[in-house]
This record gives sequence, structure tokens and C-alpha cells, in this order.
Amino acid sequence: MNSNDRRLPAGGRIDRMRPIGFSFDGRTLNGYQGDTLASALLANGITLTGRSFKYHRPRGTFSAGPEEPNALVTLGTGGRREPNLPATALELAQGMIAESQNRWPSLGFDLQSVNGLFAPFLSAGFYYKTFMGPTRRAWMFYEHFIRRAAGLGRAGTERDPDRYEVRHAFADVAIVGGGPAGLSAARAAAYAGSDVALIEQDFLLGGQLLSERSDGEAAAWLKAIETELAGLPNVTVRRRTMAFGIYDGNTLALIERNDDPVVQGAARQVFIMLRARAVIFAAGAIERPLVFSNNDRPGVMLTSAARTYFNRFAVLPGENILVATTNDGAYRAAIDLAAAGARVTIADQRSILPAGLAEEARRLNIAIRSGTQIADLRGGHAVKAAKFAGPGGNSEIACDLVCVSGGWSPTVHLTSHLGVRPVYRDDMDGFVPGGLPAGHFGAGSMMGRFSTADAIDSGHRAGIEATAFCGKSAAAPAPARLDLGEAATDAFRAIPSIVRGKAFVDFQMDVTTKDIELAHREGYESVEHLKRYTTLGMGTEQGKTSNFAALSAMAALRQETIPQTGTTTFRPPYAPVAIGALAGRSVGRHFKPIRRTPMHDWHVANGADMLEVGLWMRPYFYRVAGRDVNEAYVAEMRMVRGAAGLMDISTLGKIDVQGPDAAIFLDRVYANGFAKLPVGRARYGVMLRDDGIVFDDGTTTRLSENRFFMTTSTAKAADVLSRLEFLLDTAWPELRVAVTSVSDEWATMSVAGPKSRDVLAAAFPGLDVSNEALPHMGFIETEFAGRALRIIRLSYSGERAYEIYVGATAGEKVWRHLLEVGAAFGLRPYGVEALGALRVEKGHVAGPEIDGRTTLDDLGLGRMAAKRTGFVGDVLRRRPAFQAPNRQRLVGLECAEEGKRLRGGAILFIPGDTVAGHGRGRITSVTFSPELGRYVGLALLAADVAAEGSEVFATYPMKAETVRARIVSPVFLDPKGERLHG
Amino acid sequence: MLRIECPCCGLRDHDEFRYGGDASITRPGHDDPDPEAWYRYVYVRKNPPGPHREFWQHVTGCRQWLVVERDTRDHAIASVGFARKTRA
Ligand SMILES: [Zn+2]
Repeated sequence: MNSNDRRLPAGGRIDRMRPIGFSFDGRTLNGYQGDTLASALLANGITLTGRSFKYHRPRGTFSAGPEEPNALVTLGTGGRREPNLPATALELAQGMIAESQNRWPSLGFDLQSVNGLFAPFLSAGFYYKTFMGPTRRAWMFYEHFIRRAAGLGRAGTERDPDRYEVRHAFADVAIVGGGPAGLSAARAAAYAGSDVALIEQDFLLGGQLLSERSDGEAAAWLKAIETELAGLPNVTVRRRTMAFGIYDGNTLALIERNDDPVVQGAARQVFIMLRARAVIFAAGAIERPLVFSNNDRPGVMLTSAARTYFNRFAVLPGENILVATTNDGAYRAAIDLAAAGARVTIADQRSILPAGLAEEARRLNIAIRSGTQIADLRGGHAVKAAKFAGPGGNSEIACDLVCVSGGWSPTVHLTSHLGVRPVYRDDMDGFVPGGLPAGHFGAGSMMGRFSTADAIDSGHRAGIEATAFCGKSAAAPAPARLDLGEAATDAFRAIPSIVRGKAFVDFQMDVTTKDIELAHREGYESVEHLKRYTTLGMGTEQGKTSNFAALSAMAALRQETIPQTGTTTFRPPYAPVAIGALAGRSVGRHFKPIRRTPMHDWHVANGADMLEVGLWMRPYFYRVAGRDVNEAYVAEMRMVRGAAGLMDISTLGKIDVQGPDAAIFLDRVYANGFAKLPVGRARYGVMLRDDGIVFDDGTTTRLSENRFFMTTSTAKAADVLSRLEFLLDTAWPELRVAVTSVSDEWATMSVAGPKSRDVLAAAFPGLDVSNEALPHMGFIETEFAGRALRIIRLSYSGERAYEIYVGATAGEKVWRHLLEVGAAFGLRPYGVEALGALRVEKGHVAGPEIDGRTTLDDLGLGRMAAKRTGFVGDVLRRRPAFQAPNRQRLVGLECAEEGKRLRGGAILFIPGDTVAGHGRGRITSVTFSPELGRYVGLALLAADVAAEGSEVFATYPMKAETVRARIVSPVFLDPKGERLHG
Repeated sequence: MLRIECPCCGLRDHDEFRYGGDASITRPGHDDPDPEAWYRYVYVRKNPPGPHREFWQHVTGCRQWLVVERDTRDHAIASVGFARKTRA
């Protein structure tokens, strides 16, 4: 086993006293505290880290940060599995288990790399043409093959055992990026009096300074400012935290990661919404690759990354190194690597070399070729040699590492999220953020200030300006100087190479120069079309390294300048975000609250099968009545129709309506009149929406002249209250009425059945419950065990029935009392399935019929409002379209075939119809009727074919069933209501 | 990501509120029989890019209906007041 044989004996920001064991593709390896997964792999000589997305080409670590397109790994096992993580941004932790992706059966030997032979199928526009074009059928054929071949890592399917959190945080000044500019900005803003949040994705502060020698002046400057910030109480430093988006109201969305599997108790990721009064963007810049044939081979690396691996991680990533560049910056890496003993050659595309740097390089025996670019690379799993094109003719040198530098692109992603278009700057050949809105500031290389001295200076000024924006203006002492001698701007346009083989622009999405040429040839010329047609920049790293090369290529093909071609729009998230982090603790039972009625515990203890109805838990049926719901609900219906049943209806919405104008108010909100309702009486009421559609139904009882007690359906309780408040606050403020929800104050139960009055009389012996004292729709108020009790004689089932209201805390007591004294009369509880079935038999409409599309006339309730005007929805309910002759109206259906059944949702046709499409209507509710001995249902059916007595076909395609049904009155039972009265 | 400064309860997250639509449209009188007036009230909206007066209810706070002036382009809130004028 190789163990850190690429590691240098000294140096770097790793702790050699703290070795860390981890595994990669099943191999046990060692690294050190301070490593990333990528640096530890490189230290162990592992340069092959993955296979590419489409062509399964071998790929190696390309960068040293979150812009990594190649070295994507899956971390963890089982429920903790997380795919597509850049190894370059993962802090190494003891016990970390990582796997390479998109290879089968192994990374070194990938059977599917033969996909290279199928390359023509997978060129640009393949997906587009396959899905959208006339060859769409081809997808059927290719799907299996493509799904297996083209893909990134797979997510886990097991439940994630870890905890995630969502937090809110606040600051005066938030600073994105902890490099020299961000550190300087944080320091200045803190001295000037701001509460500062400094956000850094890395586990170390320093940004590009971490790529400098770990014992030089940059390191000393960094250590000093870190100490200084640690001593400022108004600075919060958030390391390991990625700002993935910025949203309205200066809200930064952050993810704080903790990838250490042994840290117990800590949340694995925390989603933080940080609200700041001012934001300073100091996100730095990302180095650009060069485009040439086979530029994706393992062993090709960004020059700055090679320098980072050397200086920060004490890893020498190659011994025979070629540095290909367009700019001065790469010389510094070449010099550092040569000083460490590597053999280094520089191929500079420019013919005029930087005199000072070139001289320094030559002193270290670095060979420099001017006016030279790479034409091609040799080597499969690892680079072996580079072929040049240049004035000296074609030549070739052996090498084991190719460092590339095509200049730098400022990280304009975050500023673009709020719609700030990047603008092109010719002097640096790149895009910087356009005009930032008030309260947003920029500093450092992100704003085109590439030298360290300039970054520190611009950060300092941004810190003071942002603090002034927050209304504070204390002075901040100037920061310590650090001049590393870089040029202020350092740009030279890369010369396009003459491409023979595959030259990659987007490594992660496997987009080549040929794909861009094809897109251009086929007319997909705008950058936004180019992106979608080629999938350029649509990988998990969103084209962080590829964007500029692609724009350059397209601009060249169109013979335009880069600003004429434009850039694509960056959208959040800047880096992939785990859904679990956004959900935080809102998972499982915590996803939504559960509402329990006051009698809940009794139901559970007494064999109720509970059902979730919206947020509520309600008894579905009681197991004492049957083995399953179908057996039980019919038995419970028989009990209610034959003796008496007790139902928990505490979930009803309850609203107290008070005030001198309460009756006028109810007259306007209900389609039927309430002004003349006598005190002590209840009335069924229907509310419409402004557009004339039925909103909700319920009952309202007049408790006294100016006080009413309204009930709503369970589902609409919140909406009805809010609507009533809206009308009182905005439409009719002159009405002296107050509405208050009392839904949770009252436990409610219904005693229904022919024996219900006997139960009541036995339960409340002192109370006169005779038909004279308490007629149908009557109301009495009394007391039970010192608690107020309201009894309203209302029926939903069609039987004589009483709704009993008592304070919530006494609910179970009254419930038990009723069952105890009611036992002699056969009283037992029943559940919502029986309740629903009883109302269908009685022809009462409910949620399935009041579905937001039906009018009073549709539901057969038009007569309720026949002679009234001036109520909500009155005018628009009269629209001509609502009166169309084929408008679907409520009908009753009974099953016309022996031994068959109706089903809710079945589509209705009449004899002679072709059975296709939406039919003439649909069944909304069904039940087996013990009274009639057959299935009955409610349906909405076109009125022009809904004559009672005629037949329809009910088809249920899910079960391939068709059954004949007869149209009847929706009131199947006791049409005169004799059971209710008397 | 919105926060609304409720005149009763102070600055609160938008999760506590319910949106109630365009507040610049006048509701016809409850007994106005004109279908055209109700049609305009229910269906016709300008949907402007820019300042927009709209109703929000502080449902998990004081339950007051508010009129919020919000810029639809950047969600900047210029003013918040009670919809019921007597409470202003
Ligand atoms: Zn409030």
C-alpha cells in the first residue's frame, strides 16, 4: 500500500501529529488533519478519481476548491450516502468513506468506456432531439442504455439518520469570502462599529493566501488578522459555510457542513438564513482551463490548484511538470514547484515574456517556451507527454503533470442571483458584477482587483462603506500591508488550439469544442440556447470552470466579441444543496402538526382505527364494529339507523359572531337569510365565494339577539374565519361585528338515531329534551358537572340527532357519561366512514361535491337563495355559463347490476357514447346502503341527460370496470324528513 | 424571505401572514347588482412590475388585515398599515 509517498517531509498547513484514516473505493488510506479528501488522495498517489458523465473517460483531480468538475465522490453509506460531492472541498475526517462515481465495475477498468465508440449518439443535442424531435420514439430504445451509462452518483434510498437544522441569523454586514479582501473588509467593518458575519466555504480562512508558502509573509499576515478578528467581539466567523444564494431583503442562504462522521450530536448540515443590512461580496475568482485535444486527462490540473496542493497540503502533485499559461500568475506556481525539486517547463502562449519572472524561473532551471501552446496530450489513465504547436514547429516533451492557466474569472454567481448582469472588462478579459444595488459592495479579485495589496485595500474600503450604509461611522485603522508583487490586471486572451481529438470545454457535462461547433451550425447561437442544447454548465458545479471557454469558443465561431455574445444567467444554488438541510427538523411527524380532539385518547384506547383528515386525527371506524372498514362502517350505519350512535365532531370550525350588526352581517355572508332567525334556533347555511361558486356550508345558531354561534366544515374552518375577517376589515368596516374562532374551546359530539332523545334524557335528567322544548333546529343551554353545555338539535345523518358542545377539557368526561348511560339504548361510537356513508344516503353534499367548481344550482340548493339579493356571490352566480343546459348537476345514482358496486371517481357515459375522455359527469361519493341493500352514490352529471329513471354507465378505468347505474333522487332515505322531526 | 412590519406586532416573517390579493381594487357595494362591476372586481388585475398595494393578513399574529405596499420586482416594502382605516 502506498502511504503518503507524494507527501513532502515538511511544510503545509497539515497537522502531522494527527493522522486520519479514511477509505476510498474500499482502500484504507491515511491523511492528516488539515487535508481535503482530494489532497489526501493525491498524497497517496491517487490521480484517477472518476469517470466522465457521458463518455466514461478517466478523470483526475482538476482543482482545489468547489469549482471541481471531475473529482466528484459519493460520501458515506446507507442512509448517509450523499453523491456528487467535490473531493476538493471535503475536509478529511476520521472514518470518512468515499467512493468514486460513474464507473463499473471498477474505476481502473470501466466496461462502459467503450461508450466512446457510441460518441456520435451522445453529441450535443442528443437529448434535445431524442425527447423533442420526430425521433422521440428513439428514447424508448435508448433509455435503458443511457440511464445506466450517463449519470452521476446515485442518492441513497434509506432513511437518513442524521439531524439537520434550519436557523436564522442576523448581521449588520455580511461578508461572503474569507480571503484577503473579505478578511480586510471584516476587520474594517468591525472596527467601524458593525456586527459582522464573515462567511467562508473552506475550513480555513485565507482564500488564495493559503496557496502561498505556509511560512512566508502571507502566512504571517493571515495569522495576524485572524488573531485580530478573534479579539473583536462583534465578528462572527462562519467557516465550512457556503453562501449558495442571495434573495430579496438581503437574505443570504447559507449551508454549514459538518462532514465528520464521528462528531456526535451536531447537526450534519445547518441551513442558515442570514439577514444583513449590507452585504460585501469578496468571493474571489476561479482560474480558467485551456482548451486543447485530450485536455481532460488525469494529470491535467489548474496551475493555482497545483500550487495549493504544494504549499497548503505539502503534496508534490508531479515531478516532471509542464505549466501551460497565458499569463504571469502561473510563473509563481512554476517557481514554487521547481524550488521543491520538480523538473518544470513553461509553455507560454505569449511571445513577449514577463522579464523579471522569466529570469527568476530560469535561475531555477525552468525551461521556457514562448509563443507555444499544447496541441495534444498522450496518456490514458495518466498524462505521459505533451505535443506542442508553436513557432518552433511541432515537438513533444514527457511530463506527468500538466498545469494549465487561461486567466481568471471573477466569481460573479452570487451577485447575479438578484439580477445584476455581469459586465465585460477588456483590460482583464473577463466579467465582473455590473452595477451593484444599494447596500451591496464588492472587493478583491471578484471585482477585478487581482493583486493581494489591492484586495486588502478594496476590502478595507468596502468594510467602511458598508458600515456607513448601516448608519454607523466610527473610524477603522488601516490594515497591515501585504504586497506579493502580482500585477494589478494580468490578462492575455487564450489562443484557440487546433483541435484534433476531443477538446473539452465543460469537463463535468462532457461538452467538447465539436459540440459547440455543432450547436452553432444548427443555429443554437445565443448563449442561453447553447447552454440548453449542449447541457454546458448544467452539471453540479454549474460551469464554474467552463463558462468562459465556452463563451470564447462561441464568440469565435460567430466572429463576435465576447460582450456581444454575452454570458449566461447564474441562478441559485451556487453549489448543490441537500434537500435534508432545507427541511431541517421538518421531517416525518414534524413535517406538519397533528391536531387531536379532546376525546382522542379515548378513541385510541377503545379500538378506533384513526385516520388523518387534513391535520386532524379522527376515528375512521371502531374495530368492535367489524374487522375492517368495509365491515365496520355498515354495522355502524345500522346502529345509528336502528338505535343510536355517538360521533366525535370536535373538528368542526366554530366561530363566535357578536355585535349589534351580527344578523345583518350573516345575512350578507350566507346565501340564505339569517336576519329573521329566532333566538334559540339554528339554521343550515351556505356561503358562496365572490365568483358565485359555493365556498362552505355549516349551521349557525342564534344564542341571543346580537350573538350567533357558527360552525363550518372541518376543512374550511380557517378559510371561513379569515374571509369573515377580511369582509369586516376591508369591505364593511361600518358593521359593528366581531368574529372569534372558538374551534378549540369546545369539544363536540353528536348523538344520532331513533333512541338519541332517550339517551339525552337519561344523561341529563333535569333537562327537558322533549320535542316541544327542543324541536328540530332547536337550541338549549345548560350545565353538566359545573361546565356550560350547549345542545343543538341538528341532523347530518337524517336521523333525530343532537350536537352537544362542552368545554374542551370536559369533552372526554361527557363522552364517557353519554356512553355509560346510553349503553342501555344501544349507544356506541361510530367513525367518519359511517358518518360519510350516512350523509350520502341522506343526499347531503360535502367536500367531494363542494369542490370549488359547483354552484348552488349545481348542488340542487338554488331555492335557498331564490328570493334574495345582496349576499356574497349573488351577482356572479347568475352568469349565463352557470345556466348552460349541459351543466353538471347533482343527481343520485343507484347500482343497477346485481353483485356489482359503484366507485367514487368513476366517469359517467350514456348508452351510445364512445367511452373516452371526461364523459358526461362523474361519481363524487358512494356508499353501500344497508337500507336499500345496494350501492348508492352522488354524482355530478350533465343536466340534459340527467332525467330520473334513465341509465348511465359508470366506468372506472383503474380497475377496468364498467357498471350500469340508474339516475334517482339524491335523497335515498326518508325524503319527507319524518325521522328528523317529532 | 419577506418580512412585514405589522403595525400591531412588529417586524415578522412572511410565514406568519396570508396573502389576500390586490388592495387597489374597489369592492362593489354588497347590493350592487352590476355583473360588470363584480367581474372587474373578481377577475381583472393589472399585475404591475413595481409598487403594488396588496392585502396581507397577520394570521398567526394579531389577525388584522393589512395593506402592504410592495414592489413586485424586488419585494421592497414601502409601507404597511391596517386595512380597517379606524385602526390606523
Ligand atoms: Zn400583527
